[in-house]
Amino acid sequence: MSGKAKKGKSVLPGFGLTMGVTVALLSLLILIPLASVLVYAFHMSGKEFLELMLRQNVRQAFVTSISCAFIAAVVNCVFGLILAWVLVRYDFPGKRLMDGMIELPFALPTAVAGITLSKMYSDEGAIGRMLEHIGIKASYTKVGLTIALVFVGIPFVVRALQPVLEKLPETYEEASTMLGASRGYTFRRVILPELMPALLTGFGLALARGIGEYGSVIYISGNSAKEGTQVVSYIIMQKLNSGSVDYEGAAAIALILLLISFFLLFLINIIQIAASRRTKQ
Amino acid sequence: MKNQESMTMESSKNQKGAGSGEGKLARCLLIGISVLFLLIMLVFPLVEVIYRSLKEGLKMYGDALTAPNTLSALGVTLIAAVIALAVNTFFGLCAAWLITKFDFRGRQLLSTLIDIPFSISPVIAGLAFIMTFGRMGWAKPLIDGVNDLFGTDISLVFSVPGVVLATIFVTFPFVSRELIPVMQAQGSAEEEAAAMMGAKGLTIFRRVTFPHIKWALLYGMILCAARALGEFGAVYAVSKARGKTFTLPLEIDALYMAGSADSITQAFAVSSLLVIMAIIILILKQIVEYRGKREQ
Repeated sequence: MSGKAKKGKSVLPGFGLTMGVTVALLSLLILIPLASVLVYAFHMSGKEFLELMLRQNVRQAFVTSISCAFIAAVVNCVFGLILAWVLVRYDFPGKRLMDGMIELPFALPTAVAGITLSKMYSDEGAIGRMLEHIGIKASYTKVGLTIALVFVGIPFVVRALQPVLEKLPETYEEASTMLGASRGYTFRRVILPELMPALLTGFGLALARGIGEYGSVIYISGNSAKEGTQVVSYIIMQKLNSGSVDYEGAAAIALILLLISFFLLFLINIIQIAASRRTKQ
Repeated sequence: MKNQESMTMESSKNQKGAGSGEGKLARCLLIGISVLFLLIMLVFPLVEVIYRSLKEGLKMYGDALTAPNTLSALGVTLIAAVIALAVNTFFGLCAAWLITKFDFRGRQLLSTLIDIPFSISPVIAGLAFIMTFGRMGWAKPLIDGVNDLFGTDISLVFSVPGVVLATIFVTFPFVSRELIPVMQAQGSAEEEAAAMMGAKGLTIFRRVTFPHIKWALLYGMILCAARALGEFGAVYAVSKARGKTFTLPLEIDALYMAGSADSITQAFAVSSLLVIMAIIILILKQIVEYRGKREQ
């Protein structure tokens, strides 16, 4: 309480200046342009809007984007958990190199990742040929699309888990082991619940990124309407590029995509607030 | 206090040495899975880029890198990245100061709004600028008015300024995101003391705040630069002129989409440039992270 009162009459200078700069830049560069998308989307009548959303390729693109991003996020949770565990708990040569590499997908431009993965997993690439032997076609299918999203999403999960795992006291596990619990039971009942908020946060961030992803998926997915490998971002871009430019349509689809992102962001915020309350208790 | 700390540290070290519960087999298995995953998902693609870029020999590699389109794209990429870095660093410092040093209504909302670009599709960023400043955008008459007044010919979409704006958009929260938690953890007691003793704003920042946040600042700037150099979706929407407003990722796209074996090799040659940049960025990031942790 007293802290709050003190902050209210801060002795520190710069409130007006930083407030001005922050609000001005935020409005000019982010909020006003985003608001234009809203305005454009509302140029459409409700009926047109519904018709657009129910169109085969649009519906299909939403299903593809969401389902592939979901599967990729689940895969990332499994491997992200293993990676974070190994990086925090074990010591072995090359660990720091491994740790540094995790963020490669953030540092590597998505277009580069996109064309590379697309070639690697096609029938002229090493991995693509191997997969073909066992009857899986990766490039230009949803499998390839999901692989690209796994690539893009892995750092989100690992980086969300690492700090929490570092702080998790090993005494919990010791107590559980001493009380006779097996390692598997300890993991399921002691460790996993502690990691859950971080895991869900990582999952949510990877999912949000995956649903809107463009650069890394458009090459490997093949963008075929027939195969159902067009993603939502591709549909939006198509409406901006093709001979028949359709700004309203692009804005309307973007609006739905925005709502999905905000919803995920909102859920992540709730998870984090709940988690911080839990640790305070 | 210190003694206790070192004791707990020692005990956790001991545990690590003795393994933290799993048998040796399970440990090796988990490490094996991790190594395999990273090899297949992250290392192989890097090797693939280098291999494909050099497949047709060094001459072709050199030619691809010195092609006029590539050089122009490199220039645009660097301009956009430098401006985005400058704007977002300035913004990040202001926003972090505002959010961590003052308590005001709407602070939480402001901090959420700043993070928006982080979680939305980059394609939407490009779209937003087209709809604001484009041919049918509501701000187009405004820009035209300014152009008439000053006799200039500025265009904010399908031009280099458009590329810069789109790049700023997608990297907007990168610096503030890194600064805010660090400044929050630091509190403002030291700054308040300095202010009471009569120090001016900039002096307080330079002498009291800056030493605490310099690594976080650098870290945020590195992330910002990485994203700015590689942004594709947002820029793709607002850049149409190859050799004029294309950035390196767009040039890669154009070469790759041309589809001939030669142009695909060239696409990978240009990609190798960005791979090298990415590796440099990762190394810098690792150094900054390490130094920052050590100073704490």
